Amino acid sequence: MAVIDKPENAPEHCPGPSTEQAGKASACEGCPNQKICATAPKGPDPALQFIKERMNSVKHKILVLSGKGGVGKSTFTAQLGFAFASEESVQVGVMDIDVCGPSIPKIMGLDGEQVHQSLSGWSPVYVQDNLGVMSIGFMLSDPDEAVVWRGPKKNGIIKQFLKDVDWGDLDFMLVDTPPGTSDEHLSIAQYLKESEIDGAIIITTPQEVALQDVRKEIDFCRKVKIPILGVVENMSGFICPNCKGESIIFAPTTGGAKKMAEDLNIKYLGSIPLDPRIGKACDMGISFLDEYPDSPACKAYLDIISEIKKQFTD
Amino acid sequence: MSDSISTQLGNIKHIILVLSGKGGVGKSSISTQLSLCLAKKGHKVGILDIDLTGPSIPRMFGLENRQVHQASSGWVPVFTDESQNLCCMSIGFLLQKKDDSVVWRGPKKNAMIKQFLSDVCWGELDYLIIDTPPGTSDEHISVVEYLKDANPDGAILVTTPQAVALADVRKELNFCKKVNLPILGVIENMSGFICPHCEECTNLFSTGGGEAMAHEFGVEFLGRVPIDPSLTLIVENQDSSPDKDLIKKYSASNLFKVLSNITDKIIEKVSLKNT
Repeated sequence: MAVIDKPENAPEHCPGPSTEQAGKASACEGCPNQKICATAPKGPDPALQFIKERMNSVKHKILVLSGKGGVGKSTFTAQLGFAFASEESVQVGVMDIDVCGPSIPKIMGLDGEQVHQSLSGWSPVYVQDNLGVMSIGFMLSDPDEAVVWRGPKKNGIIKQFLKDVDWGDLDFMLVDTPPGTSDEHLSIAQYLKESEIDGAIIITTPQEVALQDVRKEIDFCRKVKIPILGVVENMSGFICPNCKGESIIFAPTTGGAKKMAEDLNIKYLGSIPLDPRIGKACDMGISFLDEYPDSPACKAYLDIISEIKKQFTD
Repeated sequence: MSDSISTQLGNIKHIILVLSGKGGVGKSSISTQLSLCLAKKGHKVGILDIDLTGPSIPRMFGLENRQVHQASSGWVPVFTDESQNLCCMSIGFLLQKKDDSVVWRGPKKNAMIKQFLSDVCWGELDYLIIDTPPGTSDEHISVVEYLKDANPDGAILVTTPQAVALADVRKELNFCKKVNLPILGVIENMSGFICPHCEECTNLFSTGGGEAMAHEFGVEFLGRVPIDPSLTLIVENQDSSPDKDLIKKYSASNLFKVLSNITDKIIEKVSLKNT
């Protein structure tokens, strides 16, 4: 709730829409929102308490964000999940809150799986014993079905993913997000406020058209006070499998992610080259890192992942 | 309210939405290229960018620091050229700082879209291209709802060839069916990359998936657009380049031929509808 205490265009002495006084204070007189404020439920959302209890058993919560779509958020989340879970003792959960375009089930090889209900809540779908996944993709009767939902319904399902899923004890929960800075992002920040988010990993591609959206996402993180673990530049450069010549597909005309990270004073985690085999591995739902351990892209991934791990072992 | 939408959109001959369930497949880039092709063929074109949290249209046309002006008949869209054949409207023109994030939930986004449709004085246009954010949520439901009386010609779906993207685009196809929005066709973007060193074509994101999907759903396949880094360079070097005429520069590029073909198909399709 504290994410937006008071609307920016509120009357001067607005008591705040979630307070006891909402809609009743003298400042509310004549405010176009008075009626809504006066009738809306008061006090903190009761679900926040349940979420907090559920999240007590999750040690680290990491968001994977980007203002831009199609830069590789889900691919990165999945590979990070596979990499963390390669240690048997580490329990990992992946939560996909991209409600309208869930990619995680396909990328992690769980297409067509269903969620099961148990006494302690919904059970995540497991890739392996220590890697559980939850996505709206598991709940659709037809994989091509469009999820035509406005904000409040999307927020509802995200809340349920946090409150009703039996995640168990987790070392890491990775949250894959849709592009943008709207309902899903505000909600996850708000719902996890009490249980603290460790930070966000920002994914981008090198060209300015993507970076300009990513800067907005960083601005968002600062507004809602989510720490930024670092920036990853994806799809930077391509090595022709035929002649080994390097080409730039998405030209970093403004210096790419590295320059942006320096300008905004955040950590630059590294860059991952374009490799057609990454896309193929995602389409087939297998771990790229296990499949092509000798590729330069795999090495880049592992370097970045170890940088991230370092932040959690100190 | 809907009256003012019909007034403002009354002199627009064709309204086309550019959609995709997936982000980063090139909706804005295809919208831009279609507009350039249409303008090059002598049509008057407007582009409306309803991606509120990640607007790309201002950057694509090199209009990043431009502002919207208010006239008695409403907001004046930003013109890209002196001949005034191509104009845009985007939330990017309304932000004080370009890195400001627009952290809005659904209702506020819907209100903004309604304003774009009812308050922008487009004047007489042959085509209005609407560029959208990815997904099937507030922006999409709202724009279709508000445009109901304006009778849009239909939607162009953009996809990349790999299965992960197609999965989301299939959802968008079903969205169009649910809301009764006609589908003009599917464009497969980023289909293959020709190595400048050895001319070998690599399918970075696989190939052919878009066409197969179009056949499966019984919609027209409009064409395949290869990855061409020169477009990024044309777009990104607009500030430094002495020649400001984007239409001229674009029509000299290899992509123009591909998109020109696709544009002809679209023109044919929408003109059929009117007769």
